[in-house]
This record gives sequence, C-alpha cells and structure tokens, in this order.
Amino acid sequence: MTAETVDSTPGPAPQGSPPKPAPDAAAKHRWRGEGIVLNVFSHGFLWVWTLMVGVPLLWALWSSFKTSGDILAHPWSLPTHPHFDSWSRAWTKAHMGRYFINTVIVVGFSTAGTMLFGSMAAYVLARFEFFGNRFIYFLFVGGMAFPVVMVLVPLFFVTKNLGILNTLPGLILVYIAYSLPFTVFFMTSFFRTLPTSVAEAALVDGASHTRTFFQIMVPMAKPGIISIGIFNILGQWNQYLLPLVLNQGNTDKWVLTQGLADLAVQQGYQGDWSGLFAGLSIAMLPVLAVYVIFQRQVQAGLTAGAVK
Amino acid sequence: MRHGKYRFIIGFLAVPVALYAVLVISPFVQDFQISLTDWSGLTPEKHYIGFDNYQKIIHNNLFWKALWHNILMLLIVPIVTLALGLFFAFMLNVGGRRKGSASVAGVRGAGFYKIVYFFPQVLSVTVIAVLWQQIYNPDPDDGLLNSLLGHVGLTSLQQSWLGDPSIALACIMAVMVWANVGFYVVLFSAGMASIPAEIYEAVLLDGANRITTFFRITLPLLRDTVATGWVYMGIIAMDGFAFVQLMSVNNGGPNEVTDVVPLLLYKTAFRDNSQYGMAAAMGVAMLIVTLVFAVLTLRLSRRERIEF
Repeated sequence: MTAETVDSTPGPAPQGSPPKPAPDAAAKHRWRGEGIVLNVFSHGFLWVWTLMVGVPLLWALWSSFKTSGDILAHPWSLPTHPHFDSWSRAWTKAHMGRYFINTVIVVGFSTAGTMLFGSMAAYVLARFEFFGNRFIYFLFVGGMAFPVVMVLVPLFFVTKNLGILNTLPGLILVYIAYSLPFTVFFMTSFFRTLPTSVAEAALVDGASHTRTFFQIMVPMAKPGIISIGIFNILGQWNQYLLPLVLNQGNTDKWVLTQGLADLAVQQGYQGDWSGLFAGLSIAMLPVLAVYVIFQRQVQAGLTAGAVK
Repeated sequence: MRHGKYRFIIGFLAVPVALYAVLVISPFVQDFQISLTDWSGLTPEKHYIGFDNYQKIIHNNLFWKALWHNILMLLIVPIVTLALGLFFAFMLNVGGRRKGSASVAGVRGAGFYKIVYFFPQVLSVTVIAVLWQQIYNPDPDDGLLNSLLGHVGLTSLQQSWLGDPSIALACIMAVMVWANVGFYVVLFSAGMASIPAEIYEAVLLDGANRITTFFRITLPLLRDTVATGWVYMGIIAMDGFAFVQLMSVNNGGPNEVTDVVPLLLYKTAFRDNSQYGMAAAMGVAMLIVTLVFAVLTLRLSRRERIEF
C-alpha cells in the first residue's frame, strides 16, 4: 500500500522527462519488482526440494501396496488394486510387529529413565553447592564430545560381564547412560533459569527436598522436559549402532532398525520388494504421524540444543 | 537440615552417576588400556604390546583411506548442507511478496515447507539408507532414479550408482545432505525470524539488493547459529557409519571406496578375527581427530558476538 502511494507521488522532475522518485522510493520500488520475481523464483526452488523430500517417501508408501512384479515393471506407477498382503507379510512373517513392540518397550522405558535420572542429576547440579559439583557436571557434559563408536569394544564386554548383553533391559540402561550428557547439560541450564523463590517457600513450609523437586520443580520445568523428552524419544527410536553391537543375539529381541536392515538384506535374496516397502512404511509412518501432530514441539525440541 | 541436604544430593546423584560411570566412563578408560594390548578373538589372553597397534594403524592403507573418506565427508557434507539450509531459509523468510509497508516478508506456506523439509530429520538413518538403496537400484527399470532418467530420455545418465567406485561415495554423501538439510532450514529460519525488520528496512533505504543483504546482514548475524550447525554436521560427518554400512556394496565397497573409520573399527572388532586391541586403537585415533576438529572449529568461530 505504502509503496504504491510512494510510487504515484509526482517527483520534482519537470514534465516530459521520466519522473525521478526520491532515492528511498526508488529503492523500495526496485525491491518490490525484484520481490515479485523473487517470489516466483523462491516458490520454485522451495517446491523442488519439497518434491525431493516428499516423492521418495510417498514412493515407498505406494510401492508397499503394489505387487513385487508391479514394482519391478513400473516403479513409478500408482498401485492399480491396492494389495495389503505385503503389510501383513512384513508384520508377521518378517516379524516387524515384534520389532515394533520391542522398540516401543525399549524407548518407553529408556526415555522415561533418561528424563527421570537426567532431571534429578541436573536439578542437584544446578541448585546445590557441594564439593565436586563442577567435576560431576563436566564429567557429564564432556560425554557429548566423544564419539560412541570409539567405545564399542569395551562397552560390549562391560555389558557382557554384567550379564545384560543381548537383553532389552541392557539396551535400556545403555540408552539412558548415553542420553544423560545432553539431557543433564540442557536441564541444568533450564533449572537455572527457573525462579528460586517458589522452591524456597515450599522448603520453609516444611516440604522435603525430594517432595519440592517432584511437586514443585518438575511441573515448573515441564517445557524443558517435553523438549528434551522428544529429542530423546526420536534419538533412541532411531538408534542403530548400539543395538547392532549390543543386541545381536536372538532375533526375538531385535528392535525396528535392526529388523529393517535385515529385511533389506533378506529382500535381496527373496525378491519380496513389496514386503520391504511395507516394512519401511511400518518403520516410517508412526514417527511421521507423531511428528505431524506435534510438529511445533518436535521442531523446537530438536533444535533446542543448537538455538541456545 | 544440612545433613538432609547432603543425603538428598547423594540420593539424587547416585543412580545417574553410577549408570554413567559404569556404562560410559569405564568403557572410555578401558578403551585406552585395550588399545595397548594384542587382545583378539584368537588370543583371549591380553598381553601389553605398547604402541604396536598404533604403529600398525599408521602403516595401514585401509585406515588412511577410510580416514580420508571421513575427512572428505567432513569438508563437503557440512558445506553443502549448511549452504542449502541457508538458501532455503532465506527464501522462506525473505522470498515472500511484501504486504503493506513491510520491507521483507516470508513466503506463503512457509509452515508447510518447514514441516515437509523436516521429515527426514525424524526418520531413522536406517529408514533413509534402505529407502535410498532402493532409489539407487542399478537396474534401468527397477531403480527409481534410473527409471526417472529413462522416462525423461536421459538414458545416458543411468548408472550403477552405488556400484561405481568413482561415484559411490558422492552418492552416499548426497543422501547425508538430503537427510540433514531440513533441520538447518528450520534452525536458520528461527534465527532469521529473530533478526529485527528495522535492520532490513535500513539497508533497503541504503539501496542494497537481496544478495548483498544476505551476505552483509543475514549471514553475519547468524554466525553463531551457523557455527553450531557446523559442529553438529561435523559430528554426523565424522560418523557416517549407518549410512555406509547400510547402503554401500559389501560394507564399504566397492573396493573400499566408501569405507569410513567407524565402519572399519566395527569390522575390525566384530568381523576380522575380532582384533579388539586394534579396534580400540582406532577408537583412540578417532577421538583425536574429533578433538582436533572441535578445537579448530572453536578457534575459527571465535569472534565477538553481535548483540541484537
């Protein structure tokens, strides 16, 4: 609106020669013209990437409804008659159902454990002065800097000696331990930002430290706990290296990522392409659905560490 | 009261610290110790052999080859990912048609683009790698990419993507970029949205165009976020385990052109005669490379903060 008014304002230039608008108007005008070109241009580029992301995912989904022969003959065609048998094949024969349940169990317990122990440690480190506080804090935070792959050999034998190798509880404990550095780091700085007065009032009223933490501080820290909770759920749901090394035993105990990797290898021998795509969809759809529903929180949770 | 405080501190720290000490710190320390032994699946007794494993690594061509691939990933993947992330974020935030007097505006549907771009971020690397393995399928009729090229008449570009030693690594790096761009679009978008509109208003009046604006205003103000993004991407590039293990032909092939240090470590520890000592030494080498990268990044990115 303003730009148009500025444009139509007659400049001081005499009749006949092109009007010479004030410099700021000229700049605005130029930006405006540029803006329309840029708008088409930017939507164009943005759409190219949208298709690059969306098409492969949709392709996996619609291929799961086709027959294997159909996938091979016409990889781009839409399924003519949707076949659901590849889904039931993947769910039962390829045990994706079992892997799915195992993953839910592992991630459920490990995320709950990570948030409980991570918040407890972070609260103590953020709010109490005691000998060794800084040392413990940096011990945790230092864990963010080293690559997990480095400790594969000793970790394998530590879990073996503890008798938790190839067990779901073992995987849960390892997930918790390796999620603690970031959780403690983030939650410590989160607890520092909360006001101290409420907790002090509770203590004066005779609440114990433990009760103050669970009934006052945890509800106050809810936004931080949700962000980091989502971060941990996704990280642990998608973990591949740790189960590959620490859970290579009985296939009954495998998690989804292991099952899917195995399915990809098996499919090479059996030629069950639609089963593979159904397996891919089983691994992909729940996460995408949860993400679309909670996208605001998920985006905030995953970028939280970097924006700080 | 004081007594209660210490009991509380110990009570809250005991479990997380114990878990962390047993499953993270102790394997970390043991890794150094194991790296000095000849421990392997064939010699279950550990003998200290000094720095022999490190000597062998230094003279091992496969290790240098794998490390070189990690360094290539470290140089190329973050640059391409961050550049695309910045480009799309700028398009989202500045590419819109202006309404009223606003000098810059986001494109319509920015929320939609961000949701779609973020999809790969919530999927596991396993899902992404298996999906792309199918897209790169070398068969001219079966593979999504090859059949697409066939449909548009570019049959000459059809390749055995992951089977050709000259492009296999590039194909894997492309998937790493594909998987991570969305995260940085969302991250940088949040950063750009927090740059006050008056700054854009001012440079517009000074006659700057959008390209200048991007390089002179947006980029310098996002410096900290970009630096953090660089560290995150560096960590992903230093790993690359799951991408290479799942996608490449023969675990790091063809002809080891896609091998990376974490995969070599895994193969050394759990395949080739279980050379635990050697694998542990590779772990220490990885730690050193990671620390060098971290120090260099911190050095390069240290600069005065711009407050706005």
